[in-house]
Amino acid sequence: MPRAKGWRELPIGGIIDEPGSARELETGAWRAFRPVVDQEKCINCLQCWMFCPDMSVRVEDSKMVGFDLYHCKGCGICASICPVDAITMVVETEAAKEGEVK
Amino acid sequence: MATQTSTPTRLTLRDLSKKSDRLTSGHRMCPGCAAPLVVKQVLMAIDEPVVVTCATGCLEVATTIFPQTAWNVPFIHNAFENSASTASGIEAAYRSLVRQGKIEDNNTRFVAFGGDGGTYDIGLQALSGAMERGHRMLYVCYDNNAYMNTGIQRSSATPLGANTTTSPAGKVVPGKRGMRKDLTAIMAAHNIPYVAQASPHNWRDLMQKVRKATAVDGPAFMNVLSSCNRGWRHDADETIEMQRLAVDTCMWPLYEVEDGEWRVTYKPKEKLPVTEYLKPQGRFRHLFQPGNQHLIDELQQEVDTRWERLLKLAGES
Amino acid sequence: MRHLRQHLPGRRYHHGGGDGSRQGRRGQVSDFKALDGNQAVAEAMRQINPDVVAAYPITPQTEAVQVFSQFVADGEVDTEFVTVESEHSAMSACVGAGAAGARVMTCTSSAGLAFMWEITYIAASMRLPIVMMVANRALSGPINIHCDHSDSMGARDNGWVQLFSESPEEAYDNMIQAVRIAEHPDLMLPVMVMQDGFITSHAMERVEVFDDQAVRDFVGTYTPRYSVLDVENPLTFGPLDFYVYYFEHKRQQVEAFSHAKDVILEVAADFNRRFNRNYGLMEAYRLDDADVALVALSSTAGTAKVVVDELRGQGVKAGLLKPRVFRPFPAEEMVEALSHVKAVAVMDRSISFGSMANAGPLFLEMAAAFYVNGNGSKVPMVDYVYGLGGRDIGPSEIESVYMDLLRIADGGEVPNLVTYLGVRE
Repeated sequence: MPRAKGWRELPIGGIIDEPGSARELETGAWRAFRPVVDQEKCINCLQCWMFCPDMSVRVEDSKMVGFDLYHCKGCGICASICPVDAITMVVETEAAKEGEVK
Repeated sequence: MATQTSTPTRLTLRDLSKKSDRLTSGHRMCPGCAAPLVVKQVLMAIDEPVVVTCATGCLEVATTIFPQTAWNVPFIHNAFENSASTASGIEAAYRSLVRQGKIEDNNTRFVAFGGDGGTYDIGLQALSGAMERGHRMLYVCYDNNAYMNTGIQRSSATPLGANTTTSPAGKVVPGKRGMRKDLTAIMAAHNIPYVAQASPHNWRDLMQKVRKATAVDGPAFMNVLSSCNRGWRHDADETIEMQRLAVDTCMWPLYEVEDGEWRVTYKPKEKLPVTEYLKPQGRFRHLFQPGNQHLIDELQQEVDTRWERLLKLAGES
Repeated sequence: MRHLRQHLPGRRYHHGGGDGSRQGRRGQVSDFKALDGNQAVAEAMRQINPDVVAAYPITPQTEAVQVFSQFVADGEVDTEFVTVESEHSAMSACVGAGAAGARVMTCTSSAGLAFMWEITYIAASMRLPIVMMVANRALSGPINIHCDHSDSMGARDNGWVQLFSESPEEAYDNMIQAVRIAEHPDLMLPVMVMQDGFITSHAMERVEVFDDQAVRDFVGTYTPRYSVLDVENPLTFGPLDFYVYYFEHKRQQVEAFSHAKDVILEVAADFNRRFNRNYGLMEAYRLDDADVALVALSSTAGTAKVVVDELRGQGVKAGLLKPRVFRPFPAEEMVEALSHVKAVAVMDRSISFGSMANAGPLFLEMAAAFYVNGNGSKVPMVDYVYGLGGRDIGPSEIESVYMDLLRIADGGEVPNLVTYLGVRE
């Protein structure tokens, strides 16, 4: 955590003037299960992107390219709604052990 | 306050995925919560600039813990019961400042969010007032059927029989007494240009409704079912499925009331029995115990009655 | 600032024209109008021309809202008038509009202020310069529509600047100055302008109303520091603020209040320069050589001035101190103004139930002020709680208080620390 600011350093009125700054927070640390995508099976329907409550499915040029594991909380919605079962949820500690990052 | 006839554009995930997030990752809603999905879809459906107000509740506390915010659009939380009146003030200020030439008219849309506690209960007066006054705003209730932020207390949106911490299933009282309030109908009775009920599992239906709601020159209200897996007691990955079951059992019909015209926007091919919706949720588990069948029957009867009434209003029966 | 307002309202102008208008120091034209306090406030609001007013009618403030509504209906102002369904929503809409960078005003009374309670704190903490007239009225229960100060005294710690007005004209002047005070960059605080319900809100008096343009020049334009309408730089207002930062935000509010007296005086000085009416943090009336003094707010001070004049005629050295500003409380200035007198009576139009001797809030502030700023001075001071629920206070009651003070000043015993003046046993 960065040093907490003193009252003279803060904007008045309780304003937060850095939009989207919550991105700094690693909600991925909450995860017990990690989504893993099989790109061979993926049909890029982007349902997982639409239904991710944590904006953690990465899409580039209309293609699903993986997960933002810094933020993904591992809820498993993406795996449950994937129409081609391309996403599986694996135990986080094991996935981390295998060093399978992103 | 005539509705501008809006032909909803064909929404594709491909196009939508190019939009930037108006609510960003890093928010601290529980894993599998539907509320951020509701917000994501509502704000993504709007092409214009938006200003968001929000009632106190899960959505507010989990997205704005100082000094970080998950909002990428202007956002204000005032208190629990006044999301609608706060939005009234903002919208009035916008109209005043634009009319006086103090700011430019950039077609800003005003969206107020509140949970069912902040909308059905403590904020109902402020909501009713704002709608009656005709402010140009979209009020979106994300209805998760209870006061989830304070730990699953019953609200007037809690269905009959649901086990909550203030309507616990006990030896004498089997959960929440009485049917839920039909808030969407109450809002329709305000005769505002647009009222709708939606669910994020049917994102296209929801987003098209938002586009209609924000095209009208006046107030609009949307009631959106929003699963809370902690309070409903189902697995986090079942969120979308629960939403779907709510709609397919007609516990949560998808419809709209546009300038007084009622229209069912989705009709299940096969109307499922309510038990399909109740069974997977821990909050209804006790209803399946001996002696409680009558509650399930009552609930089924109520759902049937409300569905038939809706079909009649929509001219479909 | 003492000595400068030696006369009763309506008697203190020297350069009036026969046609009822006069030319001020800087060529400003003004008119003398017969207005009651509510009308005077509505007139100030018309001249200020706020961007948004959100208000709800409540006796005895209603007329102010009604008169202003007519200005809106007649296109005399640019204001969006939000006809909210409650005072809670009035203050909520004011917060929304204030956050949107609008100049915002409202009016209320009694139960209305109580209903706004929660949001008055939010308005202050969000640092929104909302200006609100409060026609002071007793709080229920039992329900009562008449004047006392329990409504705004209850709100004394909510983070608002509080100005009390003796007459319709003072209410008018205070409303105009309140805008500048609230919006001052060092403050950015909401301001409450009080007047006594019915006693001045409904009492018609001669009010010198300034030229519209002169008032608009005085209040100037408002440039908000932050706006929730700024879609290019999206801000988050009203976040959840845990123990890590909440205290710092409160400290910022304290800092604003530490500048408040200077700002109020600065605004008053400019007001005096332009309009030739002098205001301070308080008004001292025949106090400099007084042996005994009353401290009284709002219209009671006007009545007390009559009594002071009569007593002076009898050779009694009576004086009066009328606080204009209750928040920030001018503790040092008030103690200094009273340090030479032999006995002080504080007049309280509300009770702080369960406080020391069940006294009123003004007395409690004064007692604390003397303890901290009095250099060990032991000026005997007593409290008179009076006028609750609109119970009349006349010259004879006030005279009896001065008589008590004379006995105390003479070395007599202090009979009661707190006296409930005019209550039947």
